[in-house]
Amino acid sequence: MNGVHDMGGMHGMGPIEHEKNEPVFHEPWEGRVYAMTRVVRAGGGRQNLDNSRHQLELLPPEEYLRMSYYERWFARLIDQLLKNGVITRTELENGLPSPDTSKATPAVTAEMVPAMIARRNSARRDAGVKPHFKVGDRVRPRNIHPTGHTRLPRYARGKVGVIVRDHGVFLFPDTNAAFLGEKPQHVYSVKFAARELWGNEASPRDSVHLDMWDDYLERA
Amino acid sequence: MGHDHDHQAIPSDIALRVKALESLLVEKRLVDRAALDAIVDAYETKIGPRNGARVVARAWVDPAYKKRLVTDATAAIAELGYAGGQGEDMVVLENGPKVHNLIVCTLCSCYPWPILGLPPVWYKSAAYRSRAVIDPRGVLREFGLELPEDAEIRVWDSTAELRYMVLPERPAGTENMSEESLAELVTRDSMVGVGKVSLSKAGDNP
Repeated sequence: MNGVHDMGGMHGMGPIEHEKNEPVFHEPWEGRVYAMTRVVRAGGGRQNLDNSRHQLELLPPEEYLRMSYYERWFARLIDQLLKNGVITRTELENGLPSPDTSKATPAVTAEMVPAMIARRNSARRDAGVKPHFKVGDRVRPRNIHPTGHTRLPRYARGKVGVIVRDHGVFLFPDTNAAFLGEKPQHVYSVKFAARELWGNEASPRDSVHLDMWDDYLERA
Repeated sequence: MGHDHDHQAIPSDIALRVKALESLLVEKRLVDRAALDAIVDAYETKIGPRNGARVVARAWVDPAYKKRLVTDATAAIAELGYAGGQGEDMVVLENGPKVHNLIVCTLCSCYPWPILGLPPVWYKSAAYRSRAVIDPRGVLREFGLELPEDAEIRVWDSTAELRYMVLPERPAGTENMSEESLAELVTRDSMVGVGKVSLSKAGDNP
């Protein structure tokens, strides 16, 4: 979707505020939101990382910009718990389980945390899918405007780049986010000259690399 | 836009709302409080840029390791015991006097957790995400890094599940330093590409 999250190249977002000796979490509640999200995610159900990213993109744009990072995560966590029927709105409002709630078993206990953190959950797929392109090919990201989740930023659509690396086969976020299947395909590192993206004001030496799936690309 | 100021206007009850949700999930036995403590502790004390610094220092002192690191980063990083969520498929990019790599995620906040920890606020900010791709030289200047005109900047927008780390240039005058002391010099910012490693370690954090 052409959302406000797709920020590459936008102006007016202010200076970059670099905080010295920044803590990992600025407030205890941020750490709790992070940890609850990890634990709930580990619990399974109808969810995946791409869908989870899309949930943040679906926040109203004015909310997205107003909220801090972990406020967005908190909003998403509550939405997901409600949507998946894990908690009810009444429970959320009362802060207490309803009397008829079934007692679950925590998906993650403290002893399981090291293994959970170390677990590889790669989006790479061992599928015999042929690449559509090879290193050195000139490609153009399609001029498409999907209304769902996509990892093709607006600033690269319609521009011409060169494939510099084939990363192998990965699941496709656009379909995975919508629970429409993994559609495994090759992902490439595509190099765009800064001038191709931004015009002659940009340095003739600089470039931007984006990782792109076969479905995003056509031959240029 | 002024949204940085608006961040101060976080509803004052957010801490209470988070606490209420945690209590509810604990009551429903969906969440084990000790597991939350363990996750927070892991990212506050164990999983952070010191891990990446050890990878960098090893690459500086061991040419064979460096070669493995830039060709198969995931495996080379795992040799030092670092792996896991958001580090499944790693790519390491070598900075030098002529080529400077810079990492961003314009669409969200993708970042290599196992070796750099959770991303700092500036990396997740609209300001950095919007500008790193269109004005990398201006961004680097804001971080105190003025690159010569003839240097080439390569920006890497983490749009897929590859996670990037920069292998910064080893500073001059460190030839006799041990791997451990070298690791002390390596900053988080240098591994994202918004800083360089210097002997004085000036103007940077972890």
